[in-house]
Amino acid sequence: MPQARAEERDKLEELTRRIRRDIVVATTAAGSGHPSSSLSMVELCTSLFFGGVLRYDPANPQDPDRDRFILSKGHAAPGLYSVLAEAGYFPTENLQTLRKIGSPLEGHPNMNRLPGVEASTGSLGQGLSIGVGHALAARLDGRDSRVYVIVGDGESGEGQLWEAVMYAGNHGLDNLTCIVDHNGYQQTGAVADIQPLDPLTQKYEAFGWAAREIDGHSLDEVTDAFDWVRGIEGRPQAIIARTVKGKGVSLLEADPGNWHGKPIPPEEEAKALEEIGAPA
Amino acid sequence: MTFGITRVDLEVGDSTRAAFGEALAAAGADERVVVVDGDVNNSTYTNKFKAKYPERFFNAGIAESNLVGIAAGLAASGKIPVVASFSTFLLSNAFDQIRMSVAFPNQNVKLVGTHAGISIGEDGPSQMAIEDVAQACAFPGMTVIVPADAPSAQAATQAMIEREGPTFLRCGRPNVPVVYPNGPELHVGRANTLREGDDITLVANGIMVAMALDAAQALADDGIEARVLDFHTVKPIDSETLEQAAVETKGIVVAEEHMAYGGLGATVAMALAERHPTKMAFVNVGDTYATSGKPDEILAQYGLTPDAILDAARRTLKG
Repeated sequence: MPQARAEERDKLEELTRRIRRDIVVATTAAGSGHPSSSLSMVELCTSLFFGGVLRYDPANPQDPDRDRFILSKGHAAPGLYSVLAEAGYFPTENLQTLRKIGSPLEGHPNMNRLPGVEASTGSLGQGLSIGVGHALAARLDGRDSRVYVIVGDGESGEGQLWEAVMYAGNHGLDNLTCIVDHNGYQQTGAVADIQPLDPLTQKYEAFGWAAREIDGHSLDEVTDAFDWVRGIEGRPQAIIARTVKGKGVSLLEADPGNWHGKPIPPEEEAKALEEIGAPA
Repeated sequence: MTFGITRVDLEVGDSTRAAFGEALAAAGADERVVVVDGDVNNSTYTNKFKAKYPERFFNAGIAESNLVGIAAGLAASGKIPVVASFSTFLLSNAFDQIRMSVAFPNQNVKLVGTHAGISIGEDGPSQMAIEDVAQACAFPGMTVIVPADAPSAQAATQAMIEREGPTFLRCGRPNVPVVYPNGPELHVGRANTLREGDDITLVANGIMVAMALDAAQALADDGIEARVLDFHTVKPIDSETLEQAAVETKGIVVAEEHMAYGGLGATVAMALAERHPTKMAFVNVGDTYATSGKPDEILAQYGLTPDAILDAARRTLKG
C-alpha cells in the first residue's frame, strides 16, 4: 500500500473510533436509540464523508451541486448525527441532546430540523425512491451530483425498495449508489431466518445494477468500492456490505438479535468505550 | 351526464380530470414542473404534458409507493413534481409514503387523484375513491381541493402549482356540468358563494355543487331561499364563511361524493361546532362501498342527487 493511502487509512480509522464513541455515549445518555444498527455502518459513512467521496459543504447545506447522502434505515440516526457533527454541521457536544425535547437530533432523522439530513426517514423502505428522485433531478439539470443511499438488510423486506431498485436499473441511473448495510439481523432475529435476502448481489444484478459484495468494516475494501462505483457508467451501483451489528462492542456483537433498539447500559459504557479504543 | 339536474340550465363540459390535464400541460412552461405517472397518463390526462415535455415526464409504472418517493426526491432537489393516478390507488397504496416522504417533511409535492367518487360508473367499487378526502385531510399541512367543474379544475391546478406545499387535488372521471361558464375566482381556502339566500345554506364540492344549485332552484320554487357555497377547498376550511352562513341562515346541508366520515361534512361540522353550532344534515355515500353501474344509476342508488339535497334541506328546516 502506498504511504499516502496508508496515512489516509490511519486517519479514517481514528475517525471510526471517535464516531463509534459518539454513538455509544449519545445513546447511553439518551437511554434509548439504536446503537447496534449505527455501529455496523460506521466504516461506510466514514469513508463516504471523510475519505473524499461525498461532495458536501456544511456552510452551504443546500448547494444544488452537492452530493446527497440519504440514510434510509433512519433508526441508525445516532450514526448519521455523529458523522454530521464530525463533518462540522453542528458542534459535537450537541450529540448529548439526542432524543431530548427541543433538540433537532430526533429519534429518527428530520430533514427540516437538522442541516445535512437529506431525507426524513424512519418508516422503512422509502429512502431509495427519494434517492431516485434526486438522481433524476440531477440528470435533468445536467449536474454531476451523485446520490448515496444506505439501506438496511431487514429494511429490504419492504416492497417499495424493490420498486425503486427496478426503476433505477431500468433507467440506468448511474449517479445513484445503494449501500446495503448487511449486518444480518433485524429487530427480532437473523435476516436469514426471517426473510432471507441472499443471494443479494445477484438480485441487484438481475435488476440491471452493477453490484459488488465487500467487507463493510474493511476501510480498504470500502474505499475501493467507492472508487469503483464512480467509474461505472450506465448502471446504478449496489455495494453489499457485509457488516456486524453492534461492531466494536462485544456485548452487542455477542447477541445481535437481542440488542436492536437498545442502548448500552450505563454500567457497561466504560467497557464498551475501552473496546472501541476511543480517545477520551 | 346530467346527474339528475333538471331545474337549472347548466351546459355539460369536460371532466375535471381532462381540465387538470390541460392546465398541467400549460403549467409546464415553468421548467420546474415535472410529472410522475403510474402508467395511467391517458386516464389522468397527464399525457398532454407528456406530449409537450417528454423529458420532464416520468412513467414509473404501476408502483404508487415508488412514484411518491421519487416525487419527494425531485421536490427536495427543487422541482415541482405532480404525481397523478387513480385517487384510491394513490392515497391508499402510497399512504405511508405520502405521510413520511411528503407530508411530514412538508415537501412541495402535488398529488392528483382522478376517478374519485362513485360517479366513475361501470368499473366499480374497487376503483372508486370514497375515502380519499378523509385520507388526504389526515395529513398535517396538506391542502385538499375538490373542484366542481372543468374551469375550477383548471384554476385549481394553476393555484396548486403556484402554491408552495403539499397539496391534494381530487378530480373525477365523467364530464360534468359547468358551474362557472366564465371561469371561477378560485382562491385556495376561500369558499365561493354561488347563490345568495338567508333561509338555508347548501355547502358542496365536486359534482355535488351543480346538484346543490339544482336543489336551490327547487327550494326557491317553494319560496325558500338557499345560499349555495362551493367549498372547493376542504383543508384549510373556510371557517369564516361557514360561521357567517350559520349565523345568517337556519341550517346547513353538506353534500359530497365521499363516504360519511372524515370528508367535507365532518370538517364543516367540526368548524361549526366550535364557532356557531347549527342544525345540519349530510348528503354523502354513507358508510358503505358502492357498486358497478351507470354513473347516474349509482348516484341515485347511493343518494347523491339534487332531490337528496332538497330532502335534507327540508328536513333541516322542519327539524
